[in-house]
Amino acid sequence: MNNVNGSVVGSSSGSGDGSAPRRNSKRPKYSRFTQQELPACKPILTPKWVISVFTLIGVVFVPIGIASLMASNDVVEIVDRYDNVCVPSNMTSDKVAYIQNDDVDKTCSRTLKVPKHMSQPIYVYYQLDNFYQNHRRYVKSRNDAQLRKSSQANETSGCDPEKRTKDGAPIVPCGLIAWSLFNDTYIFATGNKNLTVNKKEISWKSDRDHKFGKDVFPKNFQSGPLIGGKKLNDTQPLNEQEDLIVWMRTAALPTFRKLYGRIEQDLNAGDVISVTLKNNYNTYSFSGKKKLVLSTSSWLGGKNDFLGIAYLAVGGLCFFLAVAFTIVYLVKPRKLGDPSYLSWNRNPAGH
Amino acid sequence: MAPQGATTTLEDKESCPPPPSPPSSHLPKPISEPPLRLDSFPPPAPSRSQSSLENTLPFPLPPRIRHGSCAESERFATSQRELTDADSRVVLVGDPDGTDPRLELSGNAIRTAKYSPLTFLPRNLFEQFHRLAYVYFLVIAVLNQLPPLAVFGRGASVLPLAFVLLVTAVKDAYEDWRRHLADRIENNRAASVLDLGTGRFRPKRWKDVRVGEVLKVLADGTIPCDMVLLATGDPTGVAYVQTINLDGESNLKTRYAKQETMSPAPDSHPFVAANFIRCERPNRNIYGFLGNMEVDGKRVSLGPSNIILRGCEIKNTAWAIGVVVYAGCDTKVMLNSSGAPSKRSRLETHMNRETLLLSALLIVLCSVVSVCNGFWLGNHRDDLELSQFFRKKDYSDGDEKNYNYYGIGMQVFFTFLMSVIVFQIMIPISLYISMELVRLGQAYFMSGDTNLYDESSNSRFQCRALNINEDLGQIKYVFSDKTGTLTENKMEFQCASIGGEDYSGGNAPPQGNDKVHPLLDVDDQCWKPKMLVKTDPELVDLLTTASYGFVLIERTSGHIVIDVLGHRQRFDVLGLHEFDSDRKRMSVIIGCPDKTVKLFVKGADSSMLGGIQKGIDLDIICATETNLRAYSSLGLRTLVIGIRDLTRNEFEEWQSAYENASTALVGRGRFLRAVASHVERDLRILGASGIEDKLQNGVPEAIESMRQAGIKVWVLTGDKQETAISIGFSCKLLTSEMTQIVINSKSRESCKKSLQDAVAMSSKLAAPGNVLTGAGSARSPLALIIDGTSLVYVLETALEEELFKVATVCDVVLCCRVAPLQKAGIVALIKNRTDDMTLAIGDGANDVSMIQMADVGIGLSGQEGRQAVMASDFAMGQFRFLVPLLLVHGHWNYQRMAYMILYNFYRNAVFVFVLFWYVLYTAYTLTTAITEWSSVLYSVVYTALPTIIVGVLDKDLSRKTLIKYPQLYMAGQRDERYNLKLFILTVMDTVWQSAAIFFIPYVAYRHSTIDGSSLGDLWTLAVVILVSIHLAMDVYRWNWLTHASIWGCIVATFICVIIIDSISMVPGYWAIFHMMGTGLFWLCLLGIIVAGMVPRFTTKALTEYVMPGDIQIARELEKFRNVNAATTSEISMSTFSQQP
Repeated sequence: MNNVNGSVVGSSSGSGDGSAPRRNSKRPKYSRFTQQELPACKPILTPKWVISVFTLIGVVFVPIGIASLMASNDVVEIVDRYDNVCVPSNMTSDKVAYIQNDDVDKTCSRTLKVPKHMSQPIYVYYQLDNFYQNHRRYVKSRNDAQLRKSSQANETSGCDPEKRTKDGAPIVPCGLIAWSLFNDTYIFATGNKNLTVNKKEISWKSDRDHKFGKDVFPKNFQSGPLIGGKKLNDTQPLNEQEDLIVWMRTAALPTFRKLYGRIEQDLNAGDVISVTLKNNYNTYSFSGKKKLVLSTSSWLGGKNDFLGIAYLAVGGLCFFLAVAFTIVYLVKPRKLGDPSYLSWNRNPAGH
Repeated sequence: MAPQGATTTLEDKESCPPPPSPPSSHLPKPISEPPLRLDSFPPPAPSRSQSSLENTLPFPLPPRIRHGSCAESERFATSQRELTDADSRVVLVGDPDGTDPRLELSGNAIRTAKYSPLTFLPRNLFEQFHRLAYVYFLVIAVLNQLPPLAVFGRGASVLPLAFVLLVTAVKDAYEDWRRHLADRIENNRAASVLDLGTGRFRPKRWKDVRVGEVLKVLADGTIPCDMVLLATGDPTGVAYVQTINLDGESNLKTRYAKQETMSPAPDSHPFVAANFIRCERPNRNIYGFLGNMEVDGKRVSLGPSNIILRGCEIKNTAWAIGVVVYAGCDTKVMLNSSGAPSKRSRLETHMNRETLLLSALLIVLCSVVSVCNGFWLGNHRDDLELSQFFRKKDYSDGDEKNYNYYGIGMQVFFTFLMSVIVFQIMIPISLYISMELVRLGQAYFMSGDTNLYDESSNSRFQCRALNINEDLGQIKYVFSDKTGTLTENKMEFQCASIGGEDYSGGNAPPQGNDKVHPLLDVDDQCWKPKMLVKTDPELVDLLTTASYGFVLIERTSGHIVIDVLGHRQRFDVLGLHEFDSDRKRMSVIIGCPDKTVKLFVKGADSSMLGGIQKGIDLDIICATETNLRAYSSLGLRTLVIGIRDLTRNEFEEWQSAYENASTALVGRGRFLRAVASHVERDLRILGASGIEDKLQNGVPEAIESMRQAGIKVWVLTGDKQETAISIGFSCKLLTSEMTQIVINSKSRESCKKSLQDAVAMSSKLAAPGNVLTGAGSARSPLALIIDGTSLVYVLETALEEELFKVATVCDVVLCCRVAPLQKAGIVALIKNRTDDMTLAIGDGANDVSMIQMADVGIGLSGQEGRQAVMASDFAMGQFRFLVPLLLVHGHWNYQRMAYMILYNFYRNAVFVFVLFWYVLYTAYTLTTAITEWSSVLYSVVYTALPTIIVGVLDKDLSRKTLIKYPQLYMAGQRDERYNLKLFILTVMDTVWQSAAIFFIPYVAYRHSTIDGSSLGDLWTLAVVILVSIHLAMDVYRWNWLTHASIWGCIVATFICVIIIDSISMVPGYWAIFHMMGTGLFWLCLLGIIVAGMVPRFTTKALTEYVMPGDIQIARELEKFRNVNAATTSEISMSTFSQQP
């Protein structure tokens, strides 16, 4: 306050401000973008929209649901659990001992009845329950580099605890996944005619071509003190070992099916299939289940009613909501954009 | 040289040359005055040469008057203390090499850049890790490197953190690079340094200037370092400096060279080389300096008025020579430079609370997983060895040992840590970087807004603090300065009452009147002459309006030349008494061309009317008083002007008294006041003036808008109560139907009593109204007017609570006569007692404390320098910009940021829940079906861009609507867009959506050949699409950028998934192609999206229809206004945002 000397500034700056036209104005450039006025659409959930959306979903979902259900109904599926019944009655007290005893004959016969006509191809799956192929220890125990190239045979990192043999030689294919390869086998017959099971092309082509090398042969496989599963043919390259390739696509969930082969002929309703199987694979130690599955397929895959039901339910719900909203709009009509609904108009004193 | 007991003082003696002599007899003796310092008197200063003006004057001039020096010396007196060896530095004048070898004196090079290329990495990382969130992610990344815990691959685990750190580091590096450039320019500026050998000044770069060197600075030159003045171009040793860069004050300050070092010519040695200066260590106090200088064996003391500081400019002085005492980073300006203020927004504070909740949720999830894992292990204890998928033992080394198994306890512990690693993105790391980017975008739009551009000062809106944008949308209290903030701080002469006659409006005083009536009007700020007059061709003072026939030609501190109706006349200014708040007036003594001496006094009416000689001119006094009342009711600042003819005796008496007083070492201010009061008596009234400090454009409308928006506007002003009230009326802050509660008490007790009365009154008035809201339609609005004196008794005492009670009930609060610190105190009163957000807006240095105290501080770049701007979070040009700033940008910012935070929480939590559901089906071993790369890319690539784009661009309502309905702003005050309830609803929705994403494919693929990678791909895509659709459903405005980012991100995710699945080394090779070939995949995707969104969509549709909020109604209005209500009158809106 009261600084006399300021007068000098006052007068000088005053003249400077007023006279000279401003050369570099800092006025921001106008554009629709900088002023946040880009053309835009402003959707609002009007009754019309809400009802249309729900109706549309209903209209789309219900037919899909019906179609899915029909597809699922067309699928004929035969599931036979054999892990317990294949244990000889004298050994049911200690199934693990049974399965580990190499001297016991593991052959087991089952008969399956075809309930409905099954048109080819009929897929043969084995289903394991409670087998955690997604267990962290398990799912990581593999080495993809080793599977691709023979030159990478020594690449066994990540394969613990099936990495190397006692004398340090690398195991090919290494890792728990390969080690635990499923080794039950099935032979099918109707009447006294054998049903051939085509085990070719049961794996993904991409896996055969790019993931498993054609010059990679099993080495030192299943040579440890604990045998996990199937032994591989040392003379066959990995890309031809389709059971292994299928097995190595680890299942997402603890109950899963793996393709065993295809029966490429129709089966008629009432046909009796006799299955001769070798019950080799140990699921007893973790109370898992083994099932044999014969199934046809539809555009939707295997037999599964869930999706159809779910679509029907959602579609139905949406129809219901469409009706409910219509009722709400009729019972309690509100003019959209009526300023009298603004809180300060409804209750003028209330703020 | 040690002080040896001889103390130095900082009395500003050189400005008052003659040694102290006893005060003249007619002056009241200051018996009761406690001396400022009794122990030390300065050595007598040599008398200085008389001004050259003196021979032109009718009688000898009094010594040069140093306006403002008294005030300064009082201000500086506080810094008086003795210098000891320990806290001083010794500077050899002209001898930089010999200067204080004890100190490692840096050169004058400065460094504002934080990093050098070498230190950048460690320092930047160190600073970044001050963020707790980053430490969290670092810890997780480190945990992941431990072999038993390695969940992700090395690369994948470090990538997100590295990405965030990198982005921030690049940003910091760029900013620092710019600082480097600025430093280089600054350091390479040229200074002229005295070369002792030749005795000439030679150019030298700033960075090479050293302490002890002697520099010359020419007029308008910037001072390169802190220097003690040795000589100046003014023969009296005065230099004018502008300190705007230092403290933002635009007025000129005077600095003096010591008489001992002054020399006649600029290029000769103004000192002896053996001189040395002892001064205090470098410190931040820009108003303090303490030192002494030895000249020819004599010790001369130096004070703050002898030093010129780096960054200031020399003005109106041909040259100045000084010796460097502080250089480079020791200079006061560098010591004072601190970064932009750092505040944390309220939304962010709330966000941190929710982050804690999420952390708790994270811990719950992790505990569930690890405990379940423990139970699972316990149940299968005996199976572990032979289960093919577990295989507890490793036989490869010959002897059996456990492979990666450490007992159930340890497994549980590891599982817990691993689940923290897997679920880490529950705490959204990308949120922090997104928020910064969004704020950057918002700041870009705010500063680019043409509505916030001020033509008159050519200034854009400035975001100085980047982290509180969203606070602008939640302001409840606005504390505003008055002068310069509500008003333009340009005083305009409006009315004059001369000799009782009113000249106002277009009513120009008649020219050529034979009566002599000069009016002297001096503006508070800077002696800006205003106007006067009726016609004495002989004696006229100051006139700004040429139209009246008086033109101010020239003005120096010694004389004034005025063109009076064609004749140039010279008036000598013989003396001046500063304005002070006790006298409330100021006066000037003028030597007129006809050799008479006149005293002109101007001041507040209350103080002036008392000093008027009674008995004569009664009519005039009465008429003037009537006019005054009329003026102040118009909101004008009124001043009364009086005149007194001084006889030669009276003048001489005054002169000697003045000299004595102004050279007194102790109590100078009091002496001067006494001299002034003595001479300012027996005045004849000349008239009065009404000065208008014009309201800024659009202030009343802005205040009305803010009031409607539920913002309480408090005005804190230094003005007197009447002016404050009248301004309050003129800016529509006060209205005539308001009940005013006025508190102006002179004591604690009366203050307490009036407060209690006020409480009683306000509660009585509030009672009949609406009980729920506490404010009824029935009662008239309340206004509280309180003055600074009362506030002294209130603030920081028990009465604060009472004041708070009254003030919060009142609609308007006006505080007058408040000191700067009181302003901050009032802000603190609200800030500490409520959760409401406060905003302070001001333009002057006196508003700084309040600006810093408030949650949001806004500086107006106005007439009073840049100090307020420097302390502020946002700076702009006009008060009325508050409306678009708060109502439009604040609303948008808040809405966008609130939504973005919630959405980010949701987005990451959905993903975590999907992972969590899956973990429940993997024997609790934290396998992820979703590839680790997708987990990593999820929040930084797959879903990052849309939320940023929406956070920057989405607008719930248009500018027009927001300005038309200010009440919409209250959504922010009520925390409508971000609160615990919304958070919990969002979490519930998250759980539902994640369940839909997980369980639909789970059931659909339950007994199938599906492999983990394929299902993982489905989940990845489902999450990204669902999350994008969720965002799409909430977007208010779809412009092409929104479309591009949302749909683009979905496409980008598909592409990324395809790329990842095309790497043959990955277990999931080709999975996505197999999946996309099946109908089930697409049906699952569609089912997930619909099932996931139905609850949200239904709730949204229902609430928007049945319980529409104001914003919803306004959106409908915006959309359907053209259709239903073509109320044409309402379409023209935003009138004042369009005003120039």
